[in-house]
Amino acid sequence: MASLNVNIGNLKLKNPVMTASGTFGYGLEFEDFVPLGGIGAIIVKGTTLAPRQGNDYPRMAETPMGMLNCVGLQNKGVDYFCQNIYPQLLPTGGTFIVNVSGSSPEDYAECAARVDTLDGIPAIELNISCPNVKDGGMAFGVTTKGAASVVRAVRERYHKTLIVKLSPNVTDIAEIARAVEAEGADSVSLINTLMGMAVDIEKRKRVLSIGTGGLSGPAVKPVALRMVYQVAHAVKIPVIGLGGIMTAKDAVEFLMCGATAIEIGTANFIDPAVTIKVRDGLNEWLDTHGCRSVQEIIGVIE
Amino acid sequence: MNDIKKNVLDLQVSSVERLHERYVLIKLTQTEKLPQMMPGQFVEVRIDGSGQTFLRRPISINKVDCERNELWLLVAVVGEGTRWLASLKAGDSLNVVGPLGHGFTLQGLSSGQVLLVGGGVGVAPLLYQGAMLKSLGVEPVFLLGARTAKDLLMLDDFRQYGDVFVTTEDGSEGERGFVTQHSVLYQRRFSMIQTCGPTPMMKAVARFAYSQGVECEVSLENMMACGLGACLCCVEKTTEGNLCVCQDGPVFNIKRLLWQF
Repeated sequence: MASLNVNIGNLKLKNPVMTASGTFGYGLEFEDFVPLGGIGAIIVKGTTLAPRQGNDYPRMAETPMGMLNCVGLQNKGVDYFCQNIYPQLLPTGGTFIVNVSGSSPEDYAECAARVDTLDGIPAIELNISCPNVKDGGMAFGVTTKGAASVVRAVRERYHKTLIVKLSPNVTDIAEIARAVEAEGADSVSLINTLMGMAVDIEKRKRVLSIGTGGLSGPAVKPVALRMVYQVAHAVKIPVIGLGGIMTAKDAVEFLMCGATAIEIGTANFIDPAVTIKVRDGLNEWLDTHGCRSVQEIIGVIE
Repeated sequence: MNDIKKNVLDLQVSSVERLHERYVLIKLTQTEKLPQMMPGQFVEVRIDGSGQTFLRRPISINKVDCERNELWLLVAVVGEGTRWLASLKAGDSLNVVGPLGHGFTLQGLSSGQVLLVGGGVGVAPLLYQGAMLKSLGVEPVFLLGARTAKDLLMLDDFRQYGDVFVTTEDGSEGERGFVTQHSVLYQRRFSMIQTCGPTPMMKAVARFAYSQGVECEVSLENMMACGLGACLCCVEKTTEGNLCVCQDGPVFNIKRLLWQF
């Protein structure tokens, strides 16, 4: 059995397999399929200061080897999370990270500060890359100035591990990564979804209610791998890789490209037990390749 | 949250029967006893077709035959995913997640007072609901609609559990017209109507029930991805805000929906 331990800032994970925000609910939805304590960390759905209804239906379109979504951060707000969801998470034995979103730097900071008060939440993932909301979200994540402004505001009020989730909808993702590193981010995760579109030729209309959505699934994996590789070579902080991971082999690819940990997203919809299978498959791969620790393969591709 | 445990099952196809060119009845089994499933719940089936059929397909539970340990799925062939399902052969394996969601009300109902209204392939879950009601000592009444006589599905199966009334749009069997025009609606008094079918039909049924002051439950089929209440793609606007059809439904009392009558 190889060691799967990895560190993201001060956060020690028993294995590098995490779940991507918005694809695993609060983890509770998957308890019939997965022992939540067996996953490195569970990143819960996007949380905002005020409750959000999200976008209108239809919010989803199936695409070749993937899907588009425009959910738009539907959630009941951070106070509801703290009072009603958080107490249900602790007894599960899982490690939980809250994905935080907002529409202004102050918004993000206030939401993060409220999560900071929860002893059982060791980290947040800052979502500056949601392509499906008009106010904020990706607007911050596509310029170095915007990204830096949010991270600066949050860093002042959030004292634990701060992960920043980056948008792939930019010309130079490494430049954004360097900007958030300079403002004190402990880690970056990438990629969020790629902005895309689906059309219904019979109705002669765009499928999704807001016209566009974020593409995820194996269709985006080559783009994600390229960006993880670029960012891992541009920053010193640990990189978390995600985008189309379905198997342990996919996870090994991301780790070799420089990711310290990985997130599994859309694959949870195809196989609700995929996270544990990837963890076990990773272990097996390391064993059969004579690796005593996952550390031996992280960033081995120069 | 759902109290019935969800499972990932590798089931074996025991038979695939083509009911006519657009519909197939797939019967699935496994060595172990099938888990408990309730009428109105559904399963998400894995489509091992091509890269074009990436997501699972939600299919309602047509019946659970406890004696033969079989799960029945009635499938309308509408696209590449369902075409792949229709191509399955006895002995093939099908990966299924379920049972999912919340089904129809079973308690507090009386014989002859429950009307189950189905249209097209939407009749599927009503067979299991009827069977379950009958086993609880409540005889349901069925009202089934289709375009033509050959689109009426599994009538003999329905007749095992209660009276069956039929409408066809062309009058080739039963009364001509839509289900909401059938005379049984005006000759008998019901206390609960449970319906599944095309949305315009369900809305018409709901409007009738609402106007008569009769309880009404509808089974929605919004496009979904996860089936577990995690991705929030299949939402329906309700009196409690956006709810997931997959987890909070698919069956809703019309009082919870924001449908206009």
